[in-house]
Amino acid sequence: MEPILQIQNLTHTYSAGTPFQRSAVEDVSFSVSPGEFLGVIGHTGSGKSTLIQHLNGLLKPTSGRVLLEGKDIWAEPKKIRDVRFRVGLVFQYPEHQLFEETVYKDISFGPSNMGKAGEELDRCVREAARIAGVRDEHLEKSPFELSGGQKRRVALAGVLAMEPEVLVLDEPTAGLDPAGRENLMANIQDYHRLRGGTVILVSHSMDEIARNADRILVLKNAHILMDGTPAQVFARAEELLGAGLDVPQITRVAMALAKRGVPVDPAVYTPEDLERQLLALGKGGAPC
Amino acid sequence: MSTIIRTEALRFTYPADEGGQAVHALRGVDLEIEKGSFVAVLGHNGSGKSTLAKTFNAVLLPVGGRVWVEGMDTTDESLLLAIRQRVGMVFQNPDNQIVANVVEEDVAFGPENLGVPSGEIRERVDSALRAVGMYGFACHAPHLLSGGQKQRIAIAGVIAMEPECIVLDEATAMLDPVGRREVLSTVHRLNREKGITVILITHHMNEAQEADRVIVMDGGKAVMDGTPREVFVQAGPLRAMGLTVPDTVDLLCRLRMDGWDLPLDALSVEECADVIAKACRGR
Amino acid sequence: MLKDITLGQFFPGDTVAHRLDPRTKILLVLFYIVALFMAKDLFSYGLLALTLAVCVRISRVGLKALVRGLRPILFIIVFTAVLNLFFTPAEAYLLEWGPLRISAAGIHSAFFMVLRIMMLIMGTFLMTYTTSPISLTDGLERLMNGLKRFRVPVHELAMMMSIALRFIPTLIEETDKIMSAQKARGADFESGNLLEKARALLPILVPLFISAFRRADELATAMECRCYHGGEGRTRLHVLQYQRRDAAALILGAAVMAAVIVLGRFGL
Repeated sequence: MEPILQIQNLTHTYSAGTPFQRSAVEDVSFSVSPGEFLGVIGHTGSGKSTLIQHLNGLLKPTSGRVLLEGKDIWAEPKKIRDVRFRVGLVFQYPEHQLFEETVYKDISFGPSNMGKAGEELDRCVREAARIAGVRDEHLEKSPFELSGGQKRRVALAGVLAMEPEVLVLDEPTAGLDPAGRENLMANIQDYHRLRGGTVILVSHSMDEIARNADRILVLKNAHILMDGTPAQVFARAEELLGAGLDVPQITRVAMALAKRGVPVDPAVYTPEDLERQLLALGKGGAPC
Repeated sequence: MSTIIRTEALRFTYPADEGGQAVHALRGVDLEIEKGSFVAVLGHNGSGKSTLAKTFNAVLLPVGGRVWVEGMDTTDESLLLAIRQRVGMVFQNPDNQIVANVVEEDVAFGPENLGVPSGEIRERVDSALRAVGMYGFACHAPHLLSGGQKQRIAIAGVIAMEPECIVLDEATAMLDPVGRREVLSTVHRLNREKGITVILITHHMNEAQEADRVIVMDGGKAVMDGTPREVFVQAGPLRAMGLTVPDTVDLLCRLRMDGWDLPLDALSVEECADVIAKACRGR
Repeated sequence: MLKDITLGQFFPGDTVAHRLDPRTKILLVLFYIVALFMAKDLFSYGLLALTLAVCVRISRVGLKALVRGLRPILFIIVFTAVLNLFFTPAEAYLLEWGPLRISAAGIHSAFFMVLRIMMLIMGTFLMTYTTSPISLTDGLERLMNGLKRFRVPVHELAMMMSIALRFIPTLIEETDKIMSAQKARGADFESGNLLEKARALLPILVPLFISAFRRADELATAMECRCYHGGEGRTRLHVLQYQRRDAAALILGAAVMAAVIVLGRFGL
């Protein structure tokens, strides 16, 4: 399948030519297939925020290219707005960008900027609201009357309503409580499954990424440190810990078990999977 | 052991705003916090945990019941400064609690308000900055620091008032894992080395694992209270309240359901691996 | 990017100019401004320019930075020059060009007006370049302390100023973030007529105001928690104290001002 997004030798340098010159992203290349759920992880300052702002043309590469369906997004700089509709970006704490009188109007900001109107606009707004878990009775309320978690859903709906082909989420669950995090991720998973859309999830939480992504990109100091399936990435758990990143608790338990001579594969990251492995050990009668 | 904070039948209600309903955030909380202890308060959003924290230094006054800080009633206005000097607060958003645009000036803010003589403020600021490991940043501009560093400055600002107790009101919620670790290890050290009572309000279960005591809030009441082990083995009730349990406990629960003979209170990774490895050998 | 704008331009350093008490520096600038407006002849201007040059030299700020400070007000300078050049009433004109007439008096007043504005700006900038915003606020508070008797809320004003200084970078960063977020939803800030452009600002201004209020509210609580209760009984980490160099600087400054005033009165 042809990749939907290709990032080729992307470099972004801030304050070029001054003593503060600093490359936030350096010679990064990867591609994303349609329908893929890609997780991006790296700690603050690893360059992940800079990287994702290139995907929809908010930042222009210092060098290198970003291709959307094979076309350089900066080929026609005047049409960069169209790229932003096709690659939807949900920022960290997106509830801070709400501004309209009603939830409905706020969600329709994106699609009406695209030129949608009438029934088409209404359909986009309502569908996005439903997918993001915004309740119908909230649509005519002021967004500022809602709770923090509800506001965040409205902001998510505001991007979904543009019906982007690629959805990029920067720390969508930051600051939510465990139930709130789980619910929001379930909505995002639903969207991914139902729409078959491409999702790029940036998170600090290795657990969250491990549970949701098909593939993980690990960034460190402006470079890609690892790129692979969760199992491949967690097989290099020692390296992750060395890079100052978290490793899921279950992976660490599995590593500790392996050290104690219990033959489990440390590349697991959910309690279910480790349970299955341990049960299989018991059945097979393998010597522990 | 003496008590630093005591609440009795504590109730608090947020008045209704136009069209809304009054919110009963606290519905009768009785607690005693021991001096020098490290207490984690858990609960989902809206469980009343933050409201509880704000009654500890008279930011919010009880609607019913009482709160005493070292025997001082928080409703007594003449004791307000004395209470706030003893119980310091660190809030969620690091940006919205830093007052000055130089780190040392910010740390000095509390002692300045208390009327501490200049020479002594200098000593307190220096020792507070050392205590949180930020001495080298005394003359920096706070807005250029990382989230974890900003929160450590906020902690230093509290330490400089020489309090008995620090309340961290979801102070780690907006931080990345590195920042979270910085803040946690700082408060654990202050607790150990200076004997400062720490009350950590959070919804991150794993932050509570190292506490002496865990209190779980739900529906405006303290519904669980005990050591981390005692609390976390109750996986079912915790989940029902919208909280999660550490994955280690989850795994042990699952294996027990499968008929393995395991204790549930092996919270840490190493302990958990130990008990499973032992069970494996036994099979 | 908005982030690149530097506000409260302060160049840290350790020269005599940096070490002077902020109150001294504020007073000196006041002397200097008074003198500038009293100066009538080339000699007075020369004296003041020399003073300024000496101060610049001492502060090691560098002429380039000072001149750069003039750039934002270039328009005002040009405007003043044009206004004075063409519209100074006179009896005889050197050049006439339709309604535009240039007189010797016009040239004279345009020249001195421009000189005065430029020197005024450079003088004040020299103060802000060598004084951190916080000590400047401190100095102002202490200088205006006497006004408390007339119920001027001096402490509160100074506190407001220093909090504003503290939050400017935070709010700039926030504006940047909100702008990016709205751009990601297809907001267009560049095209359209003036009215449309103004409307396009709403998606930035509304969230910015809401966040500013939220911040103010949280900050107020945080300040209360740290025992803030107004200026009463408050001590300071850094106490301002006049040194010998302050006295010397003030005497010198006053002498220059007196000289200019005397010159203006009696001529050479």
